This record gives sequence, C-alpha cells and structure tokens, in this order.
Amino acid sequence: MADERPEFFESGHRACGGCGPALAGRLIMKAAGENTIVVASTGCMEVFSTPYPETAWKTPWIHSLFQNAAAVASGIESSIKMQGRDEKVVVIAGDGATFDIGVLCISGAFERGHDITYICYDNEAYMNTGIQRSGATPYDASTTTSPAGKNSTGNSRPKKDMPAILAAHGAPYVATASIAYPTDMMKKVEKAINTKGPCYLQVHAPCCTGWGFDGAKTMEIGKAAINSGLWVNFEMEEGTVTKVKKVKRVPVDDYLKSQKRFRHLFKPEPKTEEIAKIQAIADKNAEKYGTDIVPKN
Amino acid sequence: MQGNIACAEGALAAGCSFFGGYPITPSTEVAEHMARILPKKGGTFIQMEDELASISSIIGASWAGARSMTATSGPGFSLMMENIGYAVMTETPIVIVNIQRGGPSTGQPTMGAQGDMMQCRFGSHGDYSTIALVPSTVQEMFDLTAKAFNLADRFRCPVFLMSDEIIGHMREKVTIPEEVDIIRRRPLKEGKLPFEPEDDMIPGFPEFGKGYRVHVTGLTHDERGYPEATNCELHSELVTRLVNKIESKRHEIADYDIINPQAEIVFITYGPPGRAVRQLMHDYSDLEIGHLNLRIVWPFPEKVLKEFPNASKFIVPELNMGQMAREIQRHTSIEVESLPKIGGEMHTPDELFRAMGGDS
Repeated sequence: MADERPEFFESGHRACGGCGPALAGRLIMKAAGENTIVVASTGCMEVFSTPYPETAWKTPWIHSLFQNAAAVASGIESSIKMQGRDEKVVVIAGDGATFDIGVLCISGAFERGHDITYICYDNEAYMNTGIQRSGATPYDASTTTSPAGKNSTGNSRPKKDMPAILAAHGAPYVATASIAYPTDMMKKVEKAINTKGPCYLQVHAPCCTGWGFDGAKTMEIGKAAINSGLWVNFEMEEGTVTKVKKVKRVPVDDYLKSQKRFRHLFKPEPKTEEIAKIQAIADKNAEKYGTDIVPKN
Repeated sequence: MQGNIACAEGALAAGCSFFGGYPITPSTEVAEHMARILPKKGGTFIQMEDELASISSIIGASWAGARSMTATSGPGFSLMMENIGYAVMTETPIVIVNIQRGGPSTGQPTMGAQGDMMQCRFGSHGDYSTIALVPSTVQEMFDLTAKAFNLADRFRCPVFLMSDEIIGHMREKVTIPEEVDIIRRRPLKEGKLPFEPEDDMIPGFPEFGKGYRVHVTGLTHDERGYPEATNCELHSELVTRLVNKIESKRHEIADYDIINPQAEIVFITYGPPGRAVRQLMHDYSDLEIGHLNLRIVWPFPEKVLKEFPNASKFIVPELNMGQMAREIQRHTSIEVESLPKIGGEMHTPDELFRAMGGDS
C-alpha cells in the first residue's frame, strides 16, 4: 500500500543507485513531516543530498561540523522552546559522526534532556571519505583502515552498543530500525519525534558501494542482516526493551557471503574460526533480545 | 607515486612507529597507507575517534618513546589547535601533516589551498614558535616528511608538514633513498632535571619508563616539570626559551632554492606556486627573473631576502589571500607584490607572466 504522505526529501540527488542512507533520508522525512528542522552532520548524506541543483531537502536544514550536530540541535531546540514554537528538531547523522567524533555532543544533549530526535543512519563505516572503519563497523569487516590480508581478518573490534549508551543517559525512547522494514521504521520515527525529551533511533542502512553488493539488493541485504541476528530491531522505553522483531534465524554465512567486505572470510578457504566468532555475536544478540521464534510443538 | 603515499613512505623511512589519525579528505590516503604498512613493520596504527584524540594519541606515544605522526586537513587541523599549544609547552616531538584544502569551515574538501599557513604558526593561544615545511613536489613530500621527524626530535616541538591537496593527490616519480638520515631526540643527561635546558636551550628527553618520575603538564612549570603558574619570572623565562630555541636557529635550519640571484624581479614561493614559476622560467628562458623557493617557511629565514642584491620587486604567488606576503613585507624595504589565488586551482605560468607586467 502506497504511503501518500508528501515527500520532504526529494529525488534527483547524487547518491549511488541502491543507497540505503538515501532511502532512510526519504522515509525519515516522510514520517517527520513539514514541521521539521533538520540538523545534519558531515557525511555521505550531506554530500550527496545538498549541492544545487540536486538539493533534496524541502525543510530548513543546517550542517555545521562533523562532530556537533547534537549541540547545534540543542541550541535550535532551546531557542524554539523559548519562543513557544513547536517545530520538531531532528538530527540525521551517519555512524562516524554518531559513534565516534560526535559522542561528546550527543552525551551532552541527552544529559541536558533537550526535546530532540537523533537519528543515526548506520552504514557501518566512513563512506564519504572512502570506506574507513568506524565504531559501528562490524567485527571482521574489511575497510581501508582495517584492511583484511595475510595478518588481518579485518576490523578487530565488535560494533559499539550505541543504543545502550544512550539508554543509559535516561533517554525516554531508544530504538533500532532498518530500511528493509520501512513501515516499522517510519512508525519509530514518528514515535521518537512525538516523545518528549531526547530520543535516539539507529537505522540500519546498507551501503552497496562500501559493503560491496549489487545496488538492486539493498532491501534484501537489510533483511538478511536481521534474519542472521547481526542486526536486531527493537524498541526501548525508559531503558527497558519493550518490543523486538522476532525472526526465524539463519546462520550468518549467507549474509557474510553476500558482501565483499566479508569476502576474505571465505577465500581462499573458509576461515571457520572467524565465522564462528561472528555467529557467536549473532547468538548473543538473539539471547539478549530474545529474537528467536521458538517453534511450537 | 601519489603525494600522500610519499608522505607516509617518508614517515616510515624516518622510523615513524606510531600513527594516530582520523579520516578526512584530502589527507585520508596517508592514514590508509599507514594502516596497511605500519603494522607489518612492527608499528602501531590507530584510527582515533576524532582529531582531538588523534593528536592526543601521538603526544602520548611520543612520551612513551615513539616517533609519532598524524595527518589531517582544515577542519581537523582546527580541532588540533589546543593540543598543538600543549605540545609546544610540554616540548613534545610530534609531526603533524596538514594536507590543506579550501577553507574556512568545510570549504572545499577536494581542492588545494595554502590557507592555514598563519594558523600553523599562530593558531593555538599564547606566544610560541613552530617549524613548518612545505613540499612543492612529490619527492619533497617524501624528503620533507622524513626531515620533519628529525627537526621535531632535535627541537622537541611539534613540526608541521604543510602540504595541500594538489601535491597530496599528485603522482610523480619518487626516488626512495637506501636510507634516510635519522637524528633521534637527545636523551636526558645524568644529573639534569627533566626540563632543564642544555646550552642549545633544549632539554634532553626524559622518556616515560626510562627511570624518570617525569611530570608533564601544560601549566607553566619549572625545570622539574612542576607547575608554578603564578610565577611571573618563570613564565617569562620558559616561554621566551620555547620561542628562542627555534627562532635563534632559523637561519641554520633554513631550507630553500635560489635561482638567478642577480635578477631584479624575484618570485618567492613555497609549495605548488613554485611549480608555476619553474614552468614560467622554462617557457620564457630569456626572462630575467629570480626565484626563491622555500621548503621551510616557519621559522621565516628573513636573511635569505638579502641574497637578491638587485631585487626591485618580490612577487609572492600563494594559494591564499596573501599570508606569507605580509610576513615577507615586514622584513624588507623592497616592494612586495602579493599574488593571491584561492578557489582551488594553481597559478598558471601566464598569470605569473602578466603579474610581471608581461603581455601574453
């Protein structure tokens, strides 16, 4: 069923065909609506969606630096509140800006309790500068600063648990979503925007260029991440997990095989030990969030 | 070889064993190359969470004994400013590579510029002096990066390689020498206090873990390293020494090329504009023009201006709005003509020709 609500993130921008973040941007804005002020960080979305005449944004939009979107949003929100106005302040930032360089400003904004919605489009590396690892890059993914090779199996650290960090700040609403489940994602955007206080939404946004897959398969890859247990869609209210997307989980192998960033795990021969470690991450996720559908006897 | 790769290779040749960095266009290739090569050589590459962390990590690594480096560009360079002053005050040898792009702010990430020349000299608060090298070829990118480590270790200060997108992304032939000269920092002498200067005003380096209970602080400190922030005389002595240990050697460490010193019209360049002057001299071989190309810009070696006894005019093409032209002007009574160019493109030889009053 088509969603007839108007678009505030227009087509015709400069993103790659099959760009997950572009889809995230479009759906976020559809859900957020006209009464929105967007604060952006430096990143792919800033670069592909802003140059004239392919500018995609139909709402007020501001980019300042890489690290400070949450602080700029704090100022905008305070100013609006002071004037008795009701626009919604929404940050849309990438994972590098969110997990790494921007943590200080995010922590400050969430601790102060500004009524903002912070949305991270998570494509799991710095794609704008040419695929460098970030705190959101999964274990063993090969990037230009975590290159796989004879002595390396790629990124040596697991993905940082950013939702837990923001929940620990006392955020009333923290959720994860995926562009592969658009309706769910848009509902979560609306919920975050309409919940008073600082809310955090982390959207899984596969990057065909950085992960190495055919741009026609972005949705498929997004779904496969969830079915593998490596990405979990959940909602947390006042620090408690209230809703989780249940799945009939499959082994991580197919998800890994579908992307060039994990190719070194299978060539020249499968690195079973490493794949087992990634499977263990998925198993742990499933246990922590209770994602597995248990067959009824 | 690409300029940024030559920079990384120069660092590796000089024995750089620690790189802390953060992706930023147009410097990222330096970090990417270090990420690939440094671990194989027993060194450490760390991708930090931002540029504050990048420069902080190389300061820490330096105190633990490593030759350490970071590479960045405009916005990242601005974030490093507070720690640059800290490295000056604590006399920490570090190398900071700035592959300059168009500013201010995010500006022109993929275009070359030389707009940070004053920032690298005066960007952190307080009085201080620094050393800045500027390559105009990919070969010099290699050579000067290696040299930067020796200067940092010798003077115990942050040293800047102030290159730009043009040289950083340029591909040229590079001759890598069998080995490069490595002059490591002088260790602290027996019986000396950790910040007690020797005759050259530079204290030996009391490396962590070598038996010293060294106390490192950015506060005004005495020769033991302990803060005495309200001692007027001590502050004056310390900061004067930090400036003079570098400024007093500015003619000794000066690094430049002089061509046609008898000429009346003299181009003064550093970095990419030097290439346009060379091309101009090649295209118009009968032109009487002199050329001073500086490879070390800070500290500024003003005596070199006297090497052109017949000069009636210095023309200074720069990829900024005239930053070094002003510095040159304050050292000479000869007319200085600034030839600024911003936007990301180099001066063409014809533009230089027209600046001389030529008709092309």
